[in-house]
Order: sequence, then C-alpha cells, then structure tokens
Amino acid sequence: MSAPPVERPPLLAARGVTRSFGATEALRGADVDVGAGEIVALMGPSGSGKSTLLHCMAGILTPDAGEVWFDGARVDAMSDRTRTELRRERFGFVFQFGQLVPELSAIENVALPLLLAGRPRARALGEAAPWFERLGLGGLERRRPGELSGGEGQRVAMARALISGPDVVFADEPTGSLDSLAGERVMDLLVDTAREEGSTVVLVTHDPRVAAYADRDVVVRDGRALARVPA
Amino acid sequence: MNIPNTLLGLLEPEPSHGYELKRAYDLRFGSDKPLKFGQVYATLGRLERDGRIEVCGVEHGSGPDRKRYAITPDGVTVLDRWLAEPEAPEPHLQSVLFAKVVLALVSGRPADRFLDEQRAAHLARMRELTSVRRAGDLGHALVADYALFHLEADLRWIDVTESRLDQLGAEVRA
Repeated sequence: MSAPPVERPPLLAARGVTRSFGATEALRGADVDVGAGEIVALMGPSGSGKSTLLHCMAGILTPDAGEVWFDGARVDAMSDRTRTELRRERFGFVFQFGQLVPELSAIENVALPLLLAGRPRARALGEAAPWFERLGLGGLERRRPGELSGGEGQRVAMARALISGPDVVFADEPTGSLDSLAGERVMDLLVDTAREEGSTVVLVTHDPRVAAYADRDVVVRDGRALARVPA
Repeated sequence: MNIPNTLLGLLEPEPSHGYELKRAYDLRFGSDKPLKFGQVYATLGRLERDGRIEVCGVEHGSGPDRKRYAITPDGVTVLDRWLAEPEAPEPHLQSVLFAKVVLALVSGRPADRFLDEQRAAHLARMRELTSVRRAGDLGHALVADYALFHLEADLRWIDVTESRLDQLGAEVRA
C-alpha cells in the first residue's frame, strides 16, 4: 500500500487579512495559500485590492487584522526590523515603474541587494555579471536606467529581484508599462528563471494573458480573494 | 446556440405556446437570426418526446389547435445543469454566454457564479495555450496567440457583464 500524500503547509499564506486606507476598505478578509515553487497570479479589476493583498503578503504593508504567514512565521507580527530583513534576504520584488536607481549603472542596480547585504563591491558585481547574458542583456551592463528600453529596464529589475536567490518573488504588474512583445519576453524569462531557481512567484496583474503564465489564478474582488483549484 | 435548452429556459417561468416562445426567443436572442416556426415545433416535439416538457392544455380556435407546454421536473434538471456549466472556451461564444446570463437572471439563478465558472474555464484554457505557445515554433505560437486574443476578448466581456448584472437583471425582469 502506498503512503498517503503528505499535506505540506503553504509557504506563504494570508488569513482573513483586512486593510483600510482612511474610509476605504481595500481588503475585507482575504485568504490565499501559496505553495513552495508555485506561480500564482492575483487578478482583478482596478481597486479590487489585489496590489494591497500582495503588499500585505510581502510584509510591505501591515494588515489591520488577520494574519500573514511565511515559512511558519507570522509576518504581520514581526518587528519592522525583522520584516525589513525578511524582505531583503528572502523576498525579491519587481514593480511596474520607477524601481531602478537612476544614478547607478545597470550592473550596479542588479548588484544592489548584495551591496546592501554587505557584500564587497567587486564580488557583488561579479555575481551580477552572469545575469546579463542570462536575461538577454549582454553589453548593457554600464548603461544607466535612462538609457534602457522599458523591457530592458524590467529585465534588469528582474535580475535584481532574483540575484539573492529569494524564496518568493513578488511582481506587481511587471509588464504593465510594456508593449505585448516586450511583456511576453519579461514573462517568459520570469517564469523560466523562477522555475530554474526554485523561487515561488506571486504576481499581480489585470491582464489575463499575463495571468496565463501562472500555475493558477486567484481572483480578488471587493477586497476578498476567490481562490480556485487549477482545472 | 443551444436552442432546445434556451426554449426550456423561456418556458420555465410559465407555460406557453410555440408561437409565444418564438416571439420571446426572437425578442431576446434572435435579432440576427429569428427562429423558424418549423424549428420551434420540431424542437418542442423533441423536448416532449424526451420528457423535458409536457402538454398542459389545448386551446381550440378557428385555426389548428394550440398546445400549451410546461416544463417538467426533468426539464428543470437539464436546465439547471446547462445554466451552471461553463461552455468549452472557443471563439464565437457570445450568443450562448449572453443567453445563459439572461436566463439565469430571469429565473433568479446565480448569474455571477456562472460567470465566475466561465472565467475560470477561460483562464484554464489560456494557461494551456500559453504552454503551447512557449513550447512550440513561431507558427504554433501564432495559432495559439489567435485563440488567446479571442479568449481575452471574451474575458473582458465577462468582466463588464459581471459588473453590470444588477442593471441587466432589472432590465430583463421589467
């Protein structure tokens, strides 16, 4: 007789998370489970609360009520300092706009998480270099963000999100500012690289073509999450 | 378009004649393609044979006798199942999706739940097509893209319709 399947707890979970901004209730008790290595898309119309949910799950925002769990620990109950360390050491982030430091070169931007973690400069830049070939950015290492196309900038941001080997990559509308071909390239690389690195991805998008890259989708509506089992 | 089940949906609120059913169908769904009388009576005959409707009265007038039909419990079961099931995601679904939404609203069934199920079916198909597109050569990728863009258009329609269900419900029940 074969052993029963082992139920593994989710790597990341939101439980009854609520969050308001002034009188506006952005989240009204959202529940989401994300398994290790999963790619999950949070979908929904503007104002549905999907970005707020991602920010709460990533420890950027603190919920008003409810719990956020990551790897067996309550993220919402952590001190600011512990949460900052968690974000720096175990999470990576890709946003829609304005995330690269304009004064730094592309390779310095990619190396930034390692530099902030105290890695010597030469070593950090050495670790950043292979990411340029890997993401089709060879030759662009010395360019400033202002000299990159939108798609190139997003791929630099992706390399920066992935360079520390994060457990979870949080991506908020990562293709929102790109045309469809550049967006597809970013999504192809994000999914392939996350699979190779074993990273979990939580993706916010209003675009079903982007959501279709995920293993499953969670629809967020009126501040609540409607989770679905993949068909 | 699934005409038998659509007629079941139109018949469910109250018994009706073939002529009234044709008018109701044409008014709601047949602006591009009205039903032919022969099609209505042949469909009603099959529904009666299959036990989904029954004759509940015959009116004698100057012309031919007019049969009045009512839906049977079997017919309600068939309609329930049809209105709850998502359609296989494929191009040119708009008429059947719209019919299901209207009939669900008219009968007080959860149209939003149907639209949620349909959205999930569409997204599941889009995931399959995305895998095909990523694994194949450019030719396969473009064929998959064609289907993906159609499904995306359906999804936009599903979202817009879902956000206007209250208004549509008031309109179709008026």
